Amino acid sequence: MKKTVVCLQCPFACKVDVELSEAGEILSVSGNRCQRGDSYARQEVIAPVRVLTTTVRIDSEDREHPLLSVMTSGAIPKARLGEAMRTLASVRVKAPVEYGEVVYEDLLGTGVNVIATSSIRK
Amino acid sequence: MSGIIKRNVDVAVIGGGPAGLGAAIKARECGADKVLLIERAEELGGVLPQCIHNGFGLHYFKEELSGPAYAYKMIEKLNTSGVEVMLKTMVIDLTEEKKITAVNEQGIMEIDAKAVILCMGCRERPRGAIRIPGDRPAGVFTAGAAQRMINIEGHLPGKKILILGSGDIGMIMARRMTLEGAEVKAVVELMPFIGGLIRNEIQCLRDFDIPVYVSHTITSIKGKDRIESITIAEIDSKRKIIEGTEKEFEVDTLLLSVGLIPENELSRKAGVKLHPITGGPLVDNLWQTNVSGIFAGGNVVHVHDLADYVTESSEFAAENACKYIRGGLKEGEEIPVSCQDNIRYVVPNRIRKNGEDVVMFMRVTQPAEKVEIRVGDIYSRKLDFARPSEQIRIDLPGELIKKCDSGLIVRCVPQEDKNNGGEG
Repeated sequence: MKKTVVCLQCPFACKVDVELSEAGEILSVSGNRCQRGDSYARQEVIAPVRVLTTTVRIDSEDREHPLLSVMTSGAIPKARLGEAMRTLASVRVKAPVEYGEVVYEDLLGTGVNVIATSSIRK
Repeated sequence: MSGIIKRNVDVAVIGGGPAGLGAAIKARECGADKVLLIERAEELGGVLPQCIHNGFGLHYFKEELSGPAYAYKMIEKLNTSGVEVMLKTMVIDLTEEKKITAVNEQGIMEIDAKAVILCMGCRERPRGAIRIPGDRPAGVFTAGAAQRMINIEGHLPGKKILILGSGDIGMIMARRMTLEGAEVKAVVELMPFIGGLIRNEIQCLRDFDIPVYVSHTITSIKGKDRIESITIAEIDSKRKIIEGTEKEFEVDTLLLSVGLIPENELSRKAGVKLHPITGGPLVDNLWQTNVSGIFAGGNVVHVHDLADYVTESSEFAAENACKYIRGGLKEGEEIPVSCQDNIRYVVPNRIRKNGEDVVMFMRVTQPAEKVEIRVGDIYSRKLDFARPSEQIRIDLPGELIKKCDSGLIVRCVPQEDKNNGGEG
Protein backbone atom coordinates (compact mmCIF):
# COMPACT_ATOMS: atom_id res chain seq x y z
CA MET A 1 0.00 0.00 0.00
CA LYS A 2 1.30 3.44 -0.84
CA LYS A 3 0.78 6.63 1.13
CA THR A 4 1.91 10.02 -0.10
CA VAL A 5 3.02 12.65 2.36
CA VAL A 6 3.88 16.28 1.62
CA CYS A 7 6.96 17.15 3.67
CA LEU A 8 6.65 20.58 5.27
CA GLN A 9 10.21 20.99 6.53
CA CYS A 10 11.23 23.44 3.78
CA PRO A 11 9.61 25.26 0.83
CA PHE A 12 10.34 22.42 -1.62
CA ALA A 13 7.33 20.59 -0.15
CA CYS A 14 8.47 17.25 -1.62
CA LYS A 15 5.79 14.67 -2.23
CA VAL A 16 7.20 11.64 -0.46
CA ASP A 17 5.83 8.17 -1.23
CA VAL A 18 5.87 5.61 1.54
CA GLU A 19 5.32 1.94 0.72
CA LEU A 20 3.71 -0.04 3.52
CA SER A 21 3.26 -3.78 3.98
CA GLU A 22 -0.12 -5.29 4.86
CA ALA A 23 1.00 -5.31 8.48
CA GLY A 24 1.68 -1.58 8.31
CA GLU A 25 5.47 -1.78 8.27
CA ILE A 26 7.40 0.71 6.19
CA LEU A 27 9.01 -0.99 3.21
CA SER A 28 10.43 2.00 1.36
CA VAL A 29 10.47 5.81 1.23
CA SER A 30 11.02 7.75 -2.00
CA GLY A 31 10.55 11.19 -3.53
CA ASN A 32 12.36 13.13 -0.80
CA ARG A 33 15.29 15.34 -1.66
CA CYS A 34 16.92 15.05 1.75
CA GLN A 35 17.10 12.93 4.88
CA ARG A 36 14.72 15.22 6.78
CA GLY A 37 12.00 14.30 4.31
CA ASP A 38 12.62 10.63 4.98
CA SER A 39 12.20 10.93 8.76
CA TYR A 40 9.29 13.34 8.43
CA ALA A 41 7.41 10.99 6.10
CA ARG A 42 7.99 7.98 8.34
CA GLN A 43 6.64 9.85 11.36
CA GLU A 44 3.66 11.19 9.39
CA VAL A 45 2.65 7.77 8.17
CA ILE A 46 3.13 5.81 11.40
CA ALA A 47 2.21 8.35 14.09
CA PRO A 48 1.35 11.81 12.80
CA VAL A 49 1.78 14.51 15.43
CA ARG A 50 0.78 18.17 15.60
CA VAL A 51 1.45 21.16 17.82
CA LEU A 52 -1.89 22.47 19.11
CA THR A 53 -2.59 26.19 19.42
CA THR A 54 -5.83 27.25 21.04
CA THR A 55 -7.29 29.42 23.81
CA VAL A 56 -8.27 28.70 27.43
CA ARG A 57 -10.71 30.66 29.57
CA ILE A 58 -9.51 33.08 32.17
CA ASP A 59 -11.21 33.24 35.55
CA SER A 60 -11.69 36.98 35.79
CA GLU A 61 -14.18 39.79 35.69
CA ASP A 62 -12.72 41.17 32.51
CA ARG A 63 -15.46 40.25 30.07
CA GLU A 64 -13.70 41.91 27.17
CA HIS A 65 -10.66 39.61 27.32
CA PRO A 66 -11.93 36.29 28.64
CA LEU A 67 -9.33 34.16 26.83
CA LEU A 68 -5.63 33.33 27.02
CA SER A 69 -3.84 32.10 23.89
CA VAL A 70 -1.86 28.91 24.48
CA MET A 71 0.34 26.46 22.65
CA THR A 72 1.48 22.91 23.45
CA SER A 73 5.17 22.66 24.35
CA GLY A 74 5.56 19.85 21.82
CA ALA A 75 3.55 17.89 19.29
CA ILE A 76 0.81 15.50 20.35
CA PRO A 77 -0.81 12.69 18.31
CA LYS A 78 -2.95 14.19 15.56
CA ALA A 79 -5.69 11.67 16.34
CA ARG A 80 -6.03 13.06 19.87
CA LEU A 81 -6.49 16.74 18.94
CA GLY A 82 -10.27 16.59 19.54
CA GLU A 83 -9.76 14.96 22.93
CA ALA A 84 -7.17 17.62 23.80
CA MET A 85 -9.61 20.41 22.89
CA ARG A 86 -12.37 18.88 25.05
CA THR A 87 -9.97 18.57 27.99
CA LEU A 88 -8.81 22.18 27.69
CA ALA A 89 -12.41 23.43 27.42
CA SER A 90 -12.89 22.92 31.15
CA VAL A 91 -9.61 24.54 32.20
CA ARG A 92 -9.84 27.90 33.98
CA VAL A 93 -6.74 29.99 34.44
CA LYS A 94 -6.40 32.69 37.09
CA ALA A 95 -4.84 36.06 36.30
CA PRO A 96 -2.06 37.17 36.38
CA VAL A 97 -0.38 34.88 33.86
CA GLU A 98 3.16 35.32 32.55
CA TYR A 99 4.11 34.69 28.93
CA GLY A 100 5.68 31.21 28.80
CA GLU A 101 4.05 29.97 31.99
CA VAL A 102 2.78 26.38 32.08
CA VAL A 103 -1.00 26.56 32.50
CA TYR A 104 -1.71 22.83 32.17
CA GLU A 105 0.65 19.94 32.70
CA ASP A 106 0.96 16.65 30.89
CA LEU A 107 -1.87 16.94 28.38
CA LEU A 108 -3.61 13.56 27.98
CA GLY A 109 -0.61 11.83 29.54
CA THR A 110 1.62 12.72 26.58
CA GLY A 111 4.17 14.54 28.73
CA VAL A 112 3.48 17.68 26.73
CA ASN A 113 2.54 20.85 28.63
CA VAL A 114 0.28 23.73 27.61
CA ILE A 115 2.03 27.10 27.69
CA ALA A 116 0.69 30.66 27.78
CA THR A 117 1.61 32.62 24.66
CA SER A 118 0.52 35.98 26.01
CA SER A 119 0.55 37.76 29.33
CA ILE A 120 -2.55 38.61 31.32
CA ARG A 121 -2.55 41.22 34.02
CA LYS A 122 -4.79 40.93 37.06
CA MET B 1 -12.49 72.46 26.79
CA SER B 2 -8.83 72.72 25.87
CA GLY B 3 -7.68 73.66 22.41
CA ILE B 4 -5.84 71.61 19.85
CA ILE B 5 -2.66 70.04 21.22
CA LYS B 6 0.31 70.67 18.95
CA ARG B 7 3.32 68.36 18.83
CA ASN B 8 6.54 68.03 16.89
CA VAL B 9 8.23 64.70 16.32
CA ASP B 10 11.01 63.33 14.15
CA VAL B 11 9.35 60.14 12.99
CA ALA B 12 5.63 59.37 13.24
CA VAL B 13 4.58 55.78 12.66
CA ILE B 14 0.90 55.20 11.90
CA GLY B 15 -0.22 51.74 13.01
CA GLY B 16 1.09 49.55 15.82
CA GLY B 17 1.05 46.06 14.32
CA PRO B 18 4.10 44.03 13.26
CA ALA B 19 4.99 46.70 10.70
CA GLY B 20 4.59 49.74 12.92
CA LEU B 21 6.36 48.07 15.84
CA GLY B 22 9.30 47.16 13.62
CA ALA B 23 9.47 50.62 12.08
CA ALA B 24 9.32 52.48 15.41
CA ILE B 25 11.98 50.32 17.08
CA LYS B 26 14.26 50.57 14.05
CA ALA B 27 13.82 54.35 13.85
CA ARG B 28 15.13 54.63 17.39
CA GLU B 29 17.96 52.21 16.64
CA CYS B 30 18.90 54.43 13.69
CA GLY B 31 19.22 57.40 16.01
CA ALA B 32 15.92 59.26 15.56
CA ASP B 33 15.21 61.29 18.69
CA LYS B 34 11.42 61.68 18.97
CA VAL B 35 9.62 58.64 17.55
CA LEU B 36 5.87 58.47 18.00
CA LEU B 37 3.80 55.33 17.36
CA ILE B 38 0.07 55.97 16.93
CA GLU B 39 -2.39 53.08 17.28
CA ARG B 40 -6.19 53.25 17.20
CA ALA B 41 -6.84 50.07 19.23
CA GLU B 42 -6.50 49.59 22.98
CA GLU B 43 -3.42 47.44 22.62
CA LEU B 44 -0.47 47.09 20.29
CA GLY B 45 0.00 44.16 17.95
CA GLY B 46 -2.42 44.90 15.15
CA VAL B 47 -3.96 41.65 13.98
CA LEU B 48 -1.38 39.49 15.84
CA PRO B 49 -3.30 39.06 19.13
CA GLN B 50 -6.05 37.16 17.33
CA CYS B 51 -3.62 35.00 15.32
CA ILE B 52 -3.20 32.32 17.95
CA HIS B 53 -1.78 29.80 15.45
CA ASN B 54 1.91 29.17 14.74
CA GLY B 55 4.05 30.29 11.87
CA PHE B 56 5.41 33.56 13.21
CA GLY B 57 8.96 34.44 14.10
CA LEU B 58 10.81 31.63 12.34
CA HIS B 59 12.95 34.14 10.45
CA TYR B 60 12.90 37.18 12.72
CA PHE B 61 13.26 35.52 16.12
CA LYS B 62 14.52 32.11 14.91
CA GLU B 63 11.71 30.49 16.93
CA GLU B 64 8.29 29.19 15.91
CA LEU B 65 5.82 31.49 17.65
CA SER B 66 2.12 32.24 17.72
CA GLY B 67 0.85 35.70 16.75
CA PRO B 68 0.38 36.90 20.35
CA ALA B 69 3.87 35.65 21.24
CA TYR B 70 5.41 37.53 18.28
CA ALA B 71 3.58 40.67 19.38
CA TYR B 72 4.73 40.15 22.97
CA LYS B 73 8.39 39.95 21.95
CA MET B 74 8.13 43.00 19.68
CA ILE B 75 6.42 44.98 22.44
CA GLU B 76 9.14 43.97 24.91
CA LYS B 77 11.74 45.39 22.49
CA LEU B 78 9.62 48.51 22.07
CA ASN B 79 9.36 49.09 25.82
CA THR B 80 13.11 49.60 26.13
CA SER B 81 13.52 51.52 22.90
CA GLY B 82 12.35 54.98 23.91
CA VAL B 83 9.45 55.11 21.46
CA GLU B 84 6.45 57.16 22.60
CA VAL B 85 3.19 55.25 22.13
CA MET B 86 -0.32 56.66 21.84
CA LEU B 87 -3.05 54.04 22.08
CA LYS B 88 -6.77 54.51 21.37
CA THR B 89 -5.70 57.31 19.07
CA MET B 90 -7.15 57.60 15.61
CA VAL B 91 -5.35 59.46 12.85
CA ILE B 92 -8.03 61.28 10.90
CA ASP B 93 -5.92 63.33 8.53
CA LEU B 94 -2.48 63.38 6.96
CA THR B 95 -1.18 66.09 4.67
CA GLU B 96 1.59 66.25 2.08
CA GLU B 97 3.48 68.46 4.51
CA LYS B 98 3.48 65.56 6.96
CA LYS B 99 1.05 67.14 9.38
CA ILE B 100 -1.01 64.52 11.23
CA THR B 101 -4.36 65.21 12.86
CA ALA B 102 -5.25 62.62 15.50
CA VAL B 103 -8.09 62.20 18.00
CA ASN B 104 -8.29 60.44 21.35
CA GLU B 105 -9.92 60.91 24.75
CA GLN B 106 -7.58 63.84 25.48
CA GLY B 107 -8.88 65.70 22.47
CA ILE B 108 -7.51 66.65 19.08
CA MET B 109 -3.81 66.70 18.27
CA GLU B 110 -1.85 68.18 15.40
CA ILE B 111 1.49 66.47 15.00
CA ASP B 112 4.19 67.82 12.70
CA ALA B 113 6.56 65.04 11.71
CA LYS B 114 9.84 65.26 9.79
CA ALA B 115 9.07 61.81 8.37
CA VAL B 116 5.99 59.61 8.42
CA ILE B 117 5.91 55.82 8.05
CA LEU B 118 2.58 54.38 6.95
CA CYS B 119 1.94 50.99 8.60
CA MET B 120 -1.84 50.70 8.53
CA GLY B 121 -2.04 47.17 7.22
CA CYS B 122 -5.12 45.86 5.43
CA ARG B 123 -8.87 45.52 5.59
CA GLU B 124 -10.79 42.42 4.54
CA ARG B 125 -12.90 42.42 1.39
CA PRO B 126 -16.59 42.11 2.43
CA ARG B 127 -19.61 40.47 0.79
CA GLY B 128 -20.81 43.68 -0.83
CA ALA B 129 -17.59 44.08 -2.75
CA ILE B 130 -17.97 40.73 -4.50
CA ARG B 131 -21.76 40.90 -4.74
CA ILE B 132 -22.73 37.39 -3.69
CA PRO B 133 -26.33 36.92 -4.86
CA GLY B 134 -29.20 35.84 -2.67
CA ASP B 135 -30.83 36.81 0.60
CA ARG B 136 -29.05 38.89 3.16
CA PRO B 137 -29.53 37.02 6.43
CA ALA B 138 -27.25 37.17 9.46
CA GLY B 139 -24.33 34.76 9.52
CA VAL B 140 -21.98 36.23 6.89
CA PHE B 141 -18.63 37.20 8.42
CA THR B 142 -15.23 37.97 7.05
CA ALA B 143 -12.78 35.32 8.24
CA GLY B 144 -10.76 37.79 10.29
CA ALA B 145 -13.84 39.12 12.06
CA ALA B 146 -14.82 35.55 12.97
CA GLN B 147 -11.25 34.94 14.14
CA ARG B 148 -11.47 37.90 16.47
CA MET B 149 -14.82 36.69 17.82
CA ILE B 150 -13.47 33.25 18.63
CA ASN B 151 -9.93 34.03 19.78
CA ILE B 152 -10.40 37.29 21.65
CA GLU B 153 -14.06 37.61 22.54
CA GLY B 154 -14.81 33.93 23.16
CA HIS B 155 -17.87 33.48 20.92
CA LEU B 156 -18.46 30.80 18.30
CA PRO B 157 -19.97 32.54 15.24
CA GLY B 158 -21.89 29.48 14.08
CA LYS B 159 -22.15 25.70 13.98
CA LYS B 160 -22.28 24.68 10.32
CA ILE B 161 -19.80 26.60 8.24
CA LEU B 162 -18.98 27.25 4.61
CA ILE B 163 -15.78 29.13 3.80
CA LEU B 164 -15.29 31.12 0.62
CA GLY B 165 -11.66 31.56 -0.33
CA SER B 166 -8.73 29.22 0.18
CA GLY B 167 -6.19 31.85 1.19
CA ASP B 168 -4.32 31.33 4.45
CA ILE B 169 -6.88 33.04 6.67
CA GLY B 170 -9.71 30.95 5.23
CA MET B 171 -7.81 27.71 5.79
CA ILE B 172 -6.68 28.68 9.27
CA MET B 173 -10.27 29.48 10.23
CA ALA B 174 -11.40 26.13 8.81
CA ARG B 175 -9.11 24.43 11.32
CA ARG B 176 -9.97 26.76 14.20
CA MET B 177 -13.71 26.34 13.80
CA THR B 178 -13.35 22.56 13.55
CA LEU B 179 -11.23 22.42 16.70
CA GLU B 180 -13.79 24.50 18.56
CA GLY B 181 -16.58 22.08 17.66
CA ALA B 182 -18.16 23.55 14.54
CA GLU B 183 -18.65 21.56 11.34
CA VAL B 184 -16.89 23.06 8.33
CA LYS B 185 -18.74 21.62 5.35
CA ALA B 186 -16.51 22.93 2.59
CA VAL B 187 -13.97 25.50 1.42
CA VAL B 188 -14.91 27.06 -1.90
CA GLU B 189 -12.28 28.63 -4.16
CA LEU B 190 -12.76 30.64 -7.36
CA MET B 191 -9.34 29.91 -8.84
CA PRO B 192 -8.30 26.46 -10.08
CA PHE B 193 -5.71 26.23 -7.29
CA ILE B 194 -5.57 26.71 -3.55
CA GLY B 195 -4.61 30.24 -2.61
CA GLY B 196 -2.54 29.81 0.56
CA LEU B 197 0.54 27.95 1.75
CA ILE B 198 0.84 24.18 1.28
CA ARG B 199 1.48 23.85 4.99
CA ASN B 200 -2.02 25.17 5.66
CA GLU B 201 -3.60 23.03 2.96
CA ILE B 202 -2.33 20.00 4.84
CA GLN B 203 -2.63 21.03 8.46
CA CYS B 204 -5.94 22.89 8.16
CA LEU B 205 -7.90 21.07 5.47
CA ARG B 206 -6.51 17.59 4.83
CA ASP B 207 -5.94 16.94 8.55
CA PHE B 208 -9.67 17.39 9.15
CA ASP B 209 -10.96 15.94 5.88
CA ILE B 210 -12.52 19.26 4.90
CA PRO B 211 -13.48 19.15 1.20
CA VAL B 212 -12.19 21.88 -1.11
CA TYR B 213 -13.99 22.87 -4.29
CA VAL B 214 -11.64 24.78 -6.62
CA SER B 215 -13.02 26.57 -9.68
CA HIS B 216 -16.28 27.09 -7.82
CA THR B 217 -18.24 30.12 -6.74
CA ILE B 218 -21.29 30.82 -4.58
CA THR B 219 -24.41 31.29 -6.65
CA SER B 220 -26.80 32.07 -3.83
CA ILE B 221 -27.30 32.47 -0.11
CA LYS B 222 -30.71 31.48 1.28
CA GLY B 223 -32.19 32.34 4.64
CA LYS B 224 -34.59 34.70 6.34
CA ASP B 225 -33.10 35.86 9.63
CA ARG B 226 -30.10 33.54 9.54
CA ILE B 227 -28.40 31.66 6.73
CA GLU B 228 -30.19 28.37 5.99
CA SER B 229 -28.32 27.14 2.94
CA ILE B 230 -25.72 28.19 0.38
CA THR B 231 -25.46 26.98 -3.20
CA ILE B 232 -22.19 26.75 -5.11
CA ALA B 233 -21.44 25.85 -8.72
CA GLU B 234 -18.43 25.12 -10.87
CA ILE B 235 -17.13 27.78 -13.23
CA ASP B 236 -15.36 27.44 -16.57
CA SER B 237 -12.17 29.16 -17.69
CA LYS B 238 -14.17 32.28 -18.51
CA ARG B 239 -15.69 32.27 -15.01
CA LYS B 240 -19.13 31.37 -16.30
CA ILE B 241 -21.27 28.97 -14.27
CA ILE B 242 -21.35 25.44 -15.67
CA GLU B 243 -24.99 24.36 -15.70
CA GLY B 244 -25.92 21.34 -13.67
CA THR B 245 -22.95 21.58 -11.29
CA GLU B 246 -24.85 23.25 -8.44
CA LYS B 247 -24.35 21.84 -4.94
CA GLU B 248 -26.34 23.03 -1.94
CA PHE B 249 -24.97 23.03 1.61
CA GLU B 250 -27.10 23.38 4.74
CA VAL B 251 -25.06 25.83 6.79
CA ASP B 252 -25.72 28.69 9.20
CA THR B 253 -22.49 30.61 8.66
CA LEU B 254 -20.38 31.84 5.77
CA LEU B 255 -16.81 33.00 6.29
CA LEU B 256 -15.31 35.18 3.58
CA SER B 257 -11.59 35.01 2.88
CA VAL B 258 -11.68 36.83 -0.43
CA GLY B 259 -8.89 39.34 -0.27
CA LEU B 260 -6.99 41.74 1.91
CA ILE B 261 -7.01 45.32 0.75
CA PRO B 262 -4.31 47.68 1.96
CA GLU B 263 -5.92 50.42 3.98
CA ASN B 264 -4.95 53.69 2.35
CA GLU B 265 -7.58 56.29 3.21
CA LEU B 266 -4.90 58.38 4.93
CA SER B 267 -2.43 57.84 2.11
CA ARG B 268 -4.92 59.25 -0.38
CA LYS B 269 -5.51 62.27 1.82
CA ALA B 270 -1.80 63.02 1.71
CA GLY B 271 -1.69 62.81 -2.06
CA VAL B 272 0.08 59.44 -2.08
CA LYS B 273 -0.41 57.65 -5.40
CA LEU B 274 -1.56 54.03 -5.21
CA HIS B 275 -0.68 50.92 -7.23
CA PRO B 276 -3.67 49.70 -9.27
CA ILE B 277 -3.04 46.00 -8.55
CA THR B 278 -1.83 45.93 -4.95
CA GLY B 279 -3.93 48.87 -3.75
CA GLY B 280 -0.91 50.02 -1.77
CA PRO B 281 1.23 53.13 -2.25
CA LEU B 282 3.57 53.27 -5.21
CA VAL B 283 7.02 53.20 -3.63
CA ASP B 284 10.61 53.41 -4.72
CA ASN B 285 13.37 51.09 -3.55
CA LEU B 286 13.65 53.16 -0.37
CA TRP B 287 10.00 52.44 0.37
CA GLN B 288 9.29 56.13 -0.02
CA THR B 289 6.00 57.13 -1.61
CA ASN B 290 5.70 59.88 -4.19
CA VAL B 291 5.38 62.32 -1.27
CA SER B 292 8.77 63.34 0.03
CA GLY B 293 9.29 62.07 3.59
CA ILE B 294 6.28 59.74 3.62
CA PHE B 295 7.42 56.12 3.69
CA ALA B 296 5.40 52.91 3.90
CA GLY B 297 6.03 49.41 5.20
CA GLY B 298 4.27 46.13 5.82
CA ASN B 299 0.94 45.02 4.39
CA VAL B 300 -0.19 48.56 3.61
CA VAL B 301 2.21 48.32 0.65
CA HIS B 302 1.44 44.76 -0.42
CA VAL B 303 0.33 41.64 1.39
CA HIS B 304 3.32 39.71 2.69
CA ASP B 305 3.44 35.95 3.34
CA LEU B 306 4.68 36.19 6.92
CA ALA B 307 4.68 38.71 9.74
CA ASP B 308 8.48 38.37 9.74
CA TYR B 309 8.61 39.84 6.22
CA VAL B 310 6.22 42.60 7.27
CA THR B 311 8.57 43.64 10.07
CA GLU B 312 11.58 43.46 7.76
CA SER B 313 9.92 45.69 5.15
CA SER B 314 8.95 48.32 7.70
CA GLU B 315 12.51 48.25 9.06
CA PHE B 316 13.78 49.09 5.54
CA ALA B 317 11.30 51.99 5.47
CA ALA B 318 12.43 53.22 8.91
CA GLU B 319 16.14 53.12 8.02
CA ASN B 320 15.42 55.27 4.98
CA ALA B 321 13.10 57.60 6.88
CA CYS B 322 15.96 58.29 9.29
CA LYS B 323 18.43 58.90 6.45
CA TYR B 324 15.89 61.27 4.93
CA ILE B 325 15.67 63.30 8.12
CA ARG B 326 19.45 63.65 8.25
CA GLY B 327 19.48 64.72 4.59
CA GLY B 328 21.39 61.57 3.75
CA LEU B 329 19.12 59.99 1.17
CA LYS B 330 21.18 59.57 -1.96
CA GLU B 331 19.11 60.95 -4.77
CA GLY B 332 19.45 59.44 -8.19
CA GLU B 333 17.81 59.17 -11.56
CA GLU B 334 14.62 57.13 -11.22
CA ILE B 335 13.77 54.26 -13.50
CA PRO B 336 10.30 52.70 -13.59
CA VAL B 337 9.72 49.02 -12.84
CA SER B 338 6.86 47.12 -14.44
CA CYS B 339 5.92 43.50 -14.98
CA GLN B 340 4.44 41.17 -17.54
CA ASP B 341 3.99 37.48 -18.38
CA ASN B 342 3.32 35.50 -15.23
CA ILE B 343 4.20 38.25 -12.75
CA ARG B 344 1.14 39.71 -11.04
CA TYR B 345 2.92 42.64 -9.39
CA VAL B 346 6.33 43.89 -8.39
CA VAL B 347 7.28 46.16 -5.52
CA PRO B 348 8.97 48.68 -5.68
CA ASN B 349 7.58 50.45 -8.71
CA ARG B 350 10.59 52.66 -9.34
CA ILE B 351 14.26 52.44 -8.51
CA ARG B 352 16.78 55.14 -7.86
CA LYS B 353 20.08 54.66 -9.64
CA ASN B 354 22.29 55.77 -6.78
CA GLY B 355 24.55 52.77 -6.49
CA GLU B 356 22.63 51.27 -3.59
CA ASP B 357 21.49 47.67 -3.60
CA VAL B 358 17.80 47.10 -4.25
CA VAL B 359 15.41 44.50 -2.86
CA MET B 360 12.40 43.57 -5.00
CA PHE B 361 9.35 41.51 -4.11
CA MET B 362 6.93 39.94 -6.54
CA ARG B 363 4.26 37.29 -6.94
CA VAL B 364 3.33 35.10 -9.88
CA THR B 365 -0.23 35.04 -11.18
CA GLN B 366 -0.41 31.29 -11.82
CA PRO B 367 1.50 28.45 -10.19
CA ALA B 368 4.29 27.22 -12.46
CA GLU B 369 7.25 24.86 -12.41
CA LYS B 370 10.72 25.25 -13.88
CA VAL B 371 10.57 28.96 -14.49
CA GLU B 372 12.99 31.81 -14.80
CA ILE B 373 12.52 35.23 -13.28
CA ARG B 374 14.09 37.88 -15.51
CA VAL B 375 14.67 41.45 -14.41
CA GLY B 376 15.21 43.41 -17.62
CA ASP B 377 18.36 41.94 -19.08
CA ILE B 378 20.49 42.58 -16.00
CA TYR B 379 19.49 39.64 -13.81
CA SER B 380 17.77 36.30 -13.95
CA ARG B 381 17.12 33.43 -11.57
CA LYS B 382 15.84 29.95 -12.18
CA LEU B 383 13.22 28.53 -9.85
CA ASP B 384 12.01 24.95 -9.62
CA PHE B 385 8.53 26.18 -8.74
CA ALA B 386 6.68 29.44 -8.23
CA ARG B 387 3.40 29.78 -6.36
CA PRO B 388 1.15 32.86 -5.99
CA SER B 389 1.06 32.35 -2.22
CA GLU B 390 4.86 32.53 -1.95
CA GLN B 391 6.38 35.94 -2.54
CA ILE B 392 9.67 35.97 -4.42
CA ARG B 393 12.51 38.16 -3.26
CA ILE B 394 15.27 39.37 -5.54
CA ASP B 395 18.32 41.24 -4.27
CA LEU B 396 19.93 43.40 -6.96
CA PRO B 397 23.41 44.81 -6.42
CA GLY B 398 23.73 48.55 -7.07
CA GLU B 399 26.34 48.10 -9.82
CA LEU B 400 23.89 46.07 -11.92
CA ILE B 401 21.25 48.78 -11.73
CA LYS B 402 23.69 51.41 -12.90
CA LYS B 403 23.75 49.55 -16.23
CA CYS B 404 20.05 50.31 -16.85
CA ASP B 405 19.09 53.25 -18.96
CA SER B 406 15.37 52.83 -19.35
CA GLY B 407 12.80 51.00 -17.26
CA LEU B 408 13.05 47.47 -15.94
CA ILE B 409 10.49 44.85 -16.91
CA VAL B 410 10.18 41.85 -14.63
CA ARG B 411 8.99 38.62 -16.23
CA CYS B 412 8.41 35.01 -15.23
CA VAL B 413 8.96 32.68 -18.17
CA PRO B 414 9.47 28.94 -18.66
CA GLN B 415 13.10 27.86 -18.44
CA GLU B 416 14.75 27.21 -21.79
CA ASP B 417 17.23 24.36 -22.12
CA LYS B 418 19.82 26.46 -23.92
CA ASN B 419 19.32 29.54 -21.80
CA ASN B 420 22.42 31.36 -20.79
CA GLY B 421 20.87 33.84 -18.37
CA GLY B 422 22.56 32.75 -15.18
CA GLU B 423 22.48 34.34 -11.76
CA GLY B 424 23.16 38.06 -11.94
